[in-house]
Formats: sequence, C-alpha cells, structure tokens
Amino acid sequence: MSVNLPPAAGGPTGDLTPGGSPAPDPASGGLLPGTTGTVVAAGPGRDDGGPVKGTSVWKDAFLRLRRNPAAIAGAVIVALFLLVAVLAPLIAPYPGEAVPGAREITPGHIPGPGELPQFPLGLDRFGGDVLSKLIWGAQSSLMIGVVSTALGLAGGMVLGLLAGAFGGWVDGVVMRIVDILLSVPNLLLAVSIAAVLGQGPYAVMIAIGVSQVPIFARLLRSSMLSQKSADYVLAAQTLGLSRRTITMSHVLPNSVGPVIVQATLTLATAVIDAAALSFLGLGGGRPETAEWGRMLTYAQSELGIAPWLAFLPGLCIAVTALGFTLLGESLREALDPKSRAR
Amino acid sequence: MFRLIGNRLLLLAPTIIGLSVLLFLWVRALPGGPATALLGDKATPEAVARVNEAYGFDRPILEQYFIYMGRILSGDFGNSLLTSRPVLEEFAARFPATLELTAFALLFAVGFGIPLGYWAARNVGRWQDQAAVLLSLMGVVVPVFFLAFILKWVFAVQLGWLPTDGRQDPRIDATHYTNFFVWDGMITGEYDAAWDALTHLVLPGVALGTIPLAIIARITRASVLEVQNADYVRTARAKGLAPRLIRNRFVMRNALLPVTTTLGLQLGLLISGAVLTETVFAFNGIGSFLWDAIFNLDFPVLQGFIIFIAVIYSLINLLVDVSYGLIDPRVRVS
Repeated sequence: MSVNLPPAAGGPTGDLTPGGSPAPDPASGGLLPGTTGTVVAAGPGRDDGGPVKGTSVWKDAFLRLRRNPAAIAGAVIVALFLLVAVLAPLIAPYPGEAVPGAREITPGHIPGPGELPQFPLGLDRFGGDVLSKLIWGAQSSLMIGVVSTALGLAGGMVLGLLAGAFGGWVDGVVMRIVDILLSVPNLLLAVSIAAVLGQGPYAVMIAIGVSQVPIFARLLRSSMLSQKSADYVLAAQTLGLSRRTITMSHVLPNSVGPVIVQATLTLATAVIDAAALSFLGLGGGRPETAEWGRMLTYAQSELGIAPWLAFLPGLCIAVTALGFTLLGESLREALDPKSRAR
Repeated sequence: MFRLIGNRLLLLAPTIIGLSVLLFLWVRALPGGPATALLGDKATPEAVARVNEAYGFDRPILEQYFIYMGRILSGDFGNSLLTSRPVLEEFAARFPATLELTAFALLFAVGFGIPLGYWAARNVGRWQDQAAVLLSLMGVVVPVFFLAFILKWVFAVQLGWLPTDGRQDPRIDATHYTNFFVWDGMITGEYDAAWDALTHLVLPGVALGTIPLAIIARITRASVLEVQNADYVRTARAKGLAPRLIRNRFVMRNALLPVTTTLGLQLGLLISGAVLTETVFAFNGIGSFLWDAIFNLDFPVLQGFIIFIAVIYSLINLLVDVSYGLIDPRVRVS
C-alpha cells in the first residue's frame, strides 16, 4: 500500500523558543528527545484558555487523537485484537492445531456457525474449531505484523539515517540499493526472500520486514533532508554544536514523524501481506495451522458448501488492517502542521 | 524532454545490473544450492557434481556471474525446470493474459476512482462524501485475495452470472494470434469468443482493481479539494466561464497530477495483486505461473520473471514521469 505523506510532519520548522536555542521541551516527558520547542499558543482562539503553556508536538498530537472518533475506533480495534492475541491460551476453547470436531465432518457437509453448540463458529474441513483458530490466528498475525514492521523500521531507519546524515557517495550507494529493492514489487520481493529462507513464520517475518526497508529508508532520508535546511539547524551550527549532535539530537527527532505514521500504516499492510504469504503457502507448518491466510487457502475448495470458512478469517484480516489504518491516518492528521494550525 | 527520458533510461541500467547481482546471489543461496534445486532433495552426490559441471556451478563465482550476464544479455534466461521450455517463451505466452487483466483492472480503477473522488470532493462533508471515504477505506484494508473470494462466491457461485475461473470457456474453439483473448476475438470476428473472454475478465479485474480504485478516489478527492479553492479557479469563476470549462480545464487538469503519480505507484501493487488474483481465479497468466515456480523452486523462471517485471515496472514509471510533462507544462519547462 502506498500512501502519500506530508513532506515533514515533524512539526513547524524553525519553531524556536524565545531564547533562540532549540531546547528540548521539558513537557514532552521524555517521550522523544528534542521534540520541537514550545508551540506558541495561538492567542484567543485556543479553547483551553489558561496560561500559555508549551506543549510538544507529540503531546499536542495525542490530545488531538483523543478527540478524533476515527482514532478512538482504530485504537479500540487494535487493543481488542492485541488482547485476544495475548490471552489466546486462556480464551481459545481448543489448541490451534487440534481437530476436536473431526467426527462431525461428512463428505459434502461441514457444520457451520451455530449448528453445534460446542463449536459456535463452525468447523473447518479438518474438523478444527473455527473460533479457536481465529483466536490463535490473531496471535500469529499480529506477531508477524509487529515483528516484521519492527525489522523493516530498524533497517530502513539505519539506511535512511546513513543517507540523510552523510549525503554524498553514501547517499548515492544507499539510494541505489533502495531503488533496486523498489524495482521489484513488494510481495514478489517478500516471496523471493522467503524462497531462500525456507517456509515458516520466521521466513515470513524477515521477508516482509526486508520488503518494507526501502519505504522507511526513503521517507527518513527525505524528511531529514527537508529538516536540514531549517533555521534551527543553522542556529545550532552557529552555536557551534557538533555535526553529530545536530544530526542525532535535533534533525533526527524532528524527522521521525512521517516515519512513525508510515510504520502505523505499514502494520496494516504487514498483516495483509503476512496473510497473503501464508495464503500462498509460505507460512510453513501443517495444513491445520491456525493462521488467517492459511485458513483462506483451504477455504477455496469448500467455497460452495462452507463460505464462512472464507468470510470469517477474511473479515479478521480486514478489521485488523482497518484498525491500524484508522490509527495511522489519524496520527498523520494529528501531526500535520497544516491541520495543527487550525 | 528527450534528455529526461535518456537520463532515466541510463539510470535503469545500474538498477537492472544490481538486481541481476542480487538474483544471481539469490540462486546461489537457495537451500542446497542450484544443483539441488534442479535435481530435488534426493539427488546422489554424483548427479549433483555432474549438474554442477554441466551448468558451470563449480567455476569461480565471478566467472559464473559473467557467463550468466552474457546469457541474459543475449536473451537466454535458461529453461523452466517445470516445463523445460525457454523462460522467455513462457513469459511471452503468459504475459498477454496478465496484461489484459491488469489493463482491465486499471481501467476499472481509473474509470470509477476519479469520478468517485471528484463526486466526493464536490459534496464534501455531506453523506455522499462520507460514503465515498468509507468505501475507499474499505477498499484499502480488504486483502485482494479475500475480495476475490467474495466476488467469486456472490457472482459466480451464488448468482451464476459470471464464470468462476479460467480465461475462456474451453468449449469455445477460438483462434489465438496474440494471446490477448478479447482482442483476438475482435480481429478474427469471433465476437462470442471475445465476449466470453471479457466475461472471464470481469471478476478478477474488479477484484484486482478495487484497491487502486480506493486509493485513486482518495487522492482525487484530496487534490480536487485543494485545487478548487485555488485563486485561479476563483478568477475563472469570477470571469463567468462555463462550469464545465472550469471543471475540465482548470480543476481536473491540475488535480490529476498527484493522481498520475499514484497510478505509477499502483502498478507494483497490481502486479503483486495479479499473482494472488490469478491464483484464486485459475487465470493462466504470469501470476499463476510464478506461483507454481515458487513452490517448485523453478529458479530460472523466478529469476527471469523478476527481471522482466522489474524492467516493465521501471519503464512504466518512466512513462508516468513523461506523462507529467504532457499534463503539466511547468514540468516541461524546468
């Protein structure tokens, strides 16, 4: 999924405290070091009225998120699925690969949702309890999504930082590598990596993670480049700060906004891609493995007699992706300096 | 303009060379090496040695690379391990199918996405806008293979309006010159064959086109909203120009620029999506062939197909950049 991002949502550039130095705001509570200095409250238009207080970009964004119904909906969905994933061993009626209903399956008939009281969402072709499999599937999907995005984020940040901080030939080499990776469509890249690593959940995580590296690298680099020409960097240089300090404590923290937004949105893509890879059969393990994508693979042949086998896992994938997307979009809106000004 | 094209073509060369190095290393990194991939897990050491010698896998790695590059440059990508036919031939036979499918999907996405985005922007804040935004959000989060399932179940299995899979009814004895089935039917005058091929395109095409449609609608909506309040649009209105003229010449022409960029970016998505869609609909294009290749570690096919796809993808992105110049004179001048 490709998404347009504002050029740099890190905060209003050149936003200096009256003293002229880009001092980190104490109010940011150390969430991120060196977030932009005080945002001068926009006078009488502010609804919080009170004395003019400095708020950090992130704190401000959080306040705006809390007022946005889409953000709350996204957060509730994500929290719900996270809870289900973590509590899977406690709430799932059966183990993920168990086939408690194997005897209820007859050729041409698979008990559906509501047909048997002990299997509320019906059975699959192996006799597995669909509800249990969906619950265990939440665990594996979210695990793959989070780990692969963390991998992609880490790799992309390192490459983007190298390119953005050093420029010159380092930038040239890094961006060439990124271009090469980008010349192969995302899913194909992931599939090729998984082919080398062999089938299994770890291969899927690494494959999806690597295929995300180029996006993050590009985003961080361009965001850093646009920050580098900001006034506060010039101010820091005038103060005689070292290049390393300027890059690491001032430019980088101000550049990560779009990257974090992208990471939230990428979680949605990662969950979908993970499902796609295991749908294609790269997830490894036995056919009964509780994975949303895998459940869809085996739903194909029973589409005529047991459509819920396709609908339920598909719905889970879509709703999880919706949660992350809502959260990411709202975060982007909250961090967008253009909408902040309003 | 020509310099832009020339520069971009020059930039393509290092990308393809880099990609070929990666793919070369990728084949060497396959579990058990290329010889095992060729012979299967149970090959005897002698057989492996024989294959290594015959294919040159025992020579120094740098020499292997140059042999491999030389072959690629002369158009020899080796033979498929599954069908023993040349990779290039396999690609040429299947590419029209995928092209037909992606073209249909793209037409669907553009044809409905741009009007939907425009309509939402004109009704901003009203229920029409909210419905369009919701629709486009759904389009982004629903996995393409799941959507393919739903469409297949509703329109093929339940309603029986459209065929469930394949490219054409096997009972139709159609002549094929180009392997673009719809086109073939048109030029040979076998209109029922063309119609049948078209009905086979609808479900996979709609499934594949929905995500791009959603994204195009969102971008169109956002950029129309931005452009329609621009000073020059207000001036045009103040001058009393016809609303249609304002829409076509002033609003849409400027609003479509970001949409063009998005189109280029969507192509990667379409190609990835084609693999999944073709699998669900048993549509015999490069996607479903790639799927078989992945499972059987048919590395000559994977290698060749990835290079072809990368070249096509890069060329299309080049076309997108060139089309900028056509839409926006400012780009041409700078």
